Amino acid sequence: MKNTIFTTTATVFMLLLLPGTLAAGVESLRGPLPLDAPAKIFPAKKQQKAEGGFERGWKQQPPQIPHEIDKDRISLRENTCLKCHSKENHEKEKAPEVGESHYVDRTGKKLTKISQRRWFCNQCHVPQVDAQPLVGTTFEPLPQK
Amino acid sequence: MTSLQMEKMAGIARLPLLIAGIVVGILLWGSFNWALEMTNTEKFCISCHEMEENVYQEYQETGHFSNRTGVRATCPDCHVPREWIHKVVRKIRATNELYHKLVGTIDTPEKFEANRLELAMHVWKTMKETDSRECRNCHDFDSMDLEKQEPRAADRHEEAMDEGKTCIDCHKGITHHLPEGWEEAARAAGLQD
Repeated sequence: MKNTIFTTTATVFMLLLLPGTLAAGVESLRGPLPLDAPAKIFPAKKQQKAEGGFERGWKQQPPQIPHEIDKDRISLRENTCLKCHSKENHEKEKAPEVGESHYVDRTGKKLTKISQRRWFCNQCHVPQVDAQPLVGTTFEPLPQK
Repeated sequence: MTSLQMEKMAGIARLPLLIAGIVVGILLWGSFNWALEMTNTEKFCISCHEMEENVYQEYQETGHFSNRTGVRATCPDCHVPREWIHKVVRKIRATNELYHKLVGTIDTPEKFEANRLELAMHVWKTMKETDSRECRNCHDFDSMDLEKQEPRAADRHEEAMDEGKTCIDCHKGITHHLPEGWEEAARAAGLQD
């Protein structure tokens, strides 16, 4: 009997409290704005250029892209990154070559053409903007030899 | 009729005939030119769904459609020569396109895609032959300031000037999607290094 009273009181209390906590705790990403009001516009950042490329954060990090890529297209049929970075073109375009690891399929077999699972460059290689991280980090790479 | 009578008649008819000839001439020439110009607009190009559904959609994603400076190059700016004689030659060649429109060679996106390499090669070949004449209406080596370009671009442009290269040798697929296997095909045809 005592137990039932306690449970009921606790439940009622929590139910009373619930709307308050919900309103305070949940907020949409665009802030407490009415649906028809425009959200705050953040200034667009330009993609960074870095002569000679960005340094890697750690040894096996896919190199980041030190130029704009908004004119590039990757689809089933075409990959405009390869206009400069492919085996055939990288020398005359003075661009870094696609790594050897990209010419190997999942069984380790060597391929003459770039592996299909490496086709979508910007899955790993991404351009950078000068933006400060929203959340701090204490990550430090191992000293590179 | 004697020859004297004939001479007399010709004398009377000569002036009105001349005036009528001039008027008809102006009308014919005017309407010819009007039709030439009317078929030389983007609106006309994309009145065919073959163009509207495929190449026009791709073009809208690129710098020739919208850019920082607000200068736009429309279909005829790149695909129809400006000089009169070349323009007329191109227009006559376009009758082949009318034929393919009638038989429906590229009337679905799938058919268009299947023919994309051939279509692209036609354009690349023409641009190579004309030394990228239509590109150079706006992009002229003489007015190009290499100092203001990215170092890598400046290097390559200098090389191109020295070797007498033409725009399309390198700048393929800047406004339209590239066909599958374009690089090998272009290289085999001598259109790509």
